[in-house]
Amino acid sequence: MDYVLDFFVNLGRSWTTWLGTFLPEWGVTIINYLVGGIILVLMPVIATLTLTWMERKVIGRIQNRLGPNRVGPWGIFQAIADAVKMLIKEDIIPDAADRPVFNLAPILIAGAAALVWAVMPFGKGVIGVDLNVGVLYLVAVGSITTVSVIMAGWGSNNKFALIGAFRGVAQLLSYEVPMILSIATVVLLAGSMSTMRIVEAQQIPFIFVLPVAFIAYFLASAAEVGRAPFDLLEADSEIVAGYFIEYSGLKFGWFYIAEYGNLFAVSAITATLFLGGWRGPFSHQAPVLGPLYFIIKTVLVVFVMMWIRGTWPRFRIDQMLGFAWKVLVPASLANLLWVAIVLKIALPTIVQWALMLGGNLLILVIAAGMLGRAAKRHAEQRNLAPLSSGAA
Amino acid sequence: MQQVMFIVISAVTLISGALVVTTRSLFRSALWLVLAFFGIAGLFVLLNAEFLAVAQILIYVGAISILIIFAIMLSRGVMDPETRRFNDQWGVVAGFTAVLLVLLVAILTRVQWPLAAGAVPADAIQRLGADFVGPYVIPFEVASVLLVAAMIGAIIIAREREN
Repeated sequence: MDYVLDFFVNLGRSWTTWLGTFLPEWGVTIINYLVGGIILVLMPVIATLTLTWMERKVIGRIQNRLGPNRVGPWGIFQAIADAVKMLIKEDIIPDAADRPVFNLAPILIAGAAALVWAVMPFGKGVIGVDLNVGVLYLVAVGSITTVSVIMAGWGSNNKFALIGAFRGVAQLLSYEVPMILSIATVVLLAGSMSTMRIVEAQQIPFIFVLPVAFIAYFLASAAEVGRAPFDLLEADSEIVAGYFIEYSGLKFGWFYIAEYGNLFAVSAITATLFLGGWRGPFSHQAPVLGPLYFIIKTVLVVFVMMWIRGTWPRFRIDQMLGFAWKVLVPASLANLLWVAIVLKIALPTIVQWALMLGGNLLILVIAAGMLGRAAKRHAEQRNLAPLSSGAA
Repeated sequence: MQQVMFIVISAVTLISGALVVTTRSLFRSALWLVLAFFGIAGLFVLLNAEFLAVAQILIYVGAISILIIFAIMLSRGVMDPETRRFNDQWGVVAGFTAVLLVLLVAILTRVQWPLAAGAVPADAIQRLGADFVGPYVIPFEVASVLLVAAMIGAIIIAREREN
């Protein structure tokens, strides 16, 4: 019974011991790293297969239709049908494209999507490698995506792809700043950059202590992944698939896998930083429940992102960049300053958390007020119908 | 094991560094530079400075290489196959480089470099942060003033002309 209560950690130990009976030390290390690497690479692929189905069903229901329901019960084999279709498509490379750069871009972007999973805390002790600088590693690996976006846009030898790549890089670089600022706030509160220790420091989930950081991180990471309403780069009515317009077949498949793998990864990071990760009822007595709670919280955040995609209209590029620099960055900076000040005052922890929550709510009220007034001014300038006049 | 990793990572860094200056296409030399940055991050990891390694990737690969690529794209003749890679003075330059190599090897092998004893402290990141606002606060503040000046300059250059 004790074995089952901490199943994954005990399974890892038994596996290592069994391997050690017939392999030397370095053999066991290599095999363990190989198994870990395979799991890493499988995570975006599993995410793609399940999340594409979930997305089509969720958005279908939001749009008052059923979504895929023919291929298997409730259409759950639709993702496999799509994967097979993608694999058998012809691989077209433009004539004057820069071949090594063109071929390397999808590999790099899918690699970055896989590398993120090395520091995700699935459960107590169930983590790829517990880096001291876990969350900074997450942001750094995300910035590798930026280089591969430019490689894709340049290697296609296509003006629209290049413009899409420039816009993509502008969006990615702009939204890195509020993302890092809100992560820095959580790191200040938890006292460590290691993802394991951030989860262990959340006696109450940090969303109840730092709602501004949660909102800033949620929106900034939605923009980093390229999700609606920030999907200007790949919307069909805007720039027709943007920087991966010239890719077909499996290379486009890698971009697709990278996008859904990144979506799953940023939802997992949100669950880790703000929702308490693998913590939940009875997770201390039975650590095996940890991964279950983690997956549930991650899927919840994914659902909210899909809900937003099905409901909100798309941003224009100047509105998107203005939102990042004029709204998210000042709010995150004010939040960081307030948390740093409150942590220096010697008060009991609960009082500190209540003060931080109060400061956050104040920032939210001020930001919402200023945005509302700016919207009213904008509407009056353009002579748009004011909302308070009611249905005419 | 560490010796092997050091040799591999140094080989990657040096070879990609050499390829940066000898590749015909400017865009590809920027990409070789990105690989050299990755190699340097690997060297930082071998020195137990993982914060610096991750910061290297975040800053150099994520931002500075983008800047270099944008600057390359704004220049003409990026992928011109007609441009010659080496001009006529390569003999003299090779001679000077050999003299520089001999000089550097002599210096590196003869100086008694002071080695700090002991292992890397466990709270290295905290001490790094404390040093930034402690003994090294003046370079820190000067660097931030420089960054603000660069931002203001960029905004002024990129502003729309109001006529």
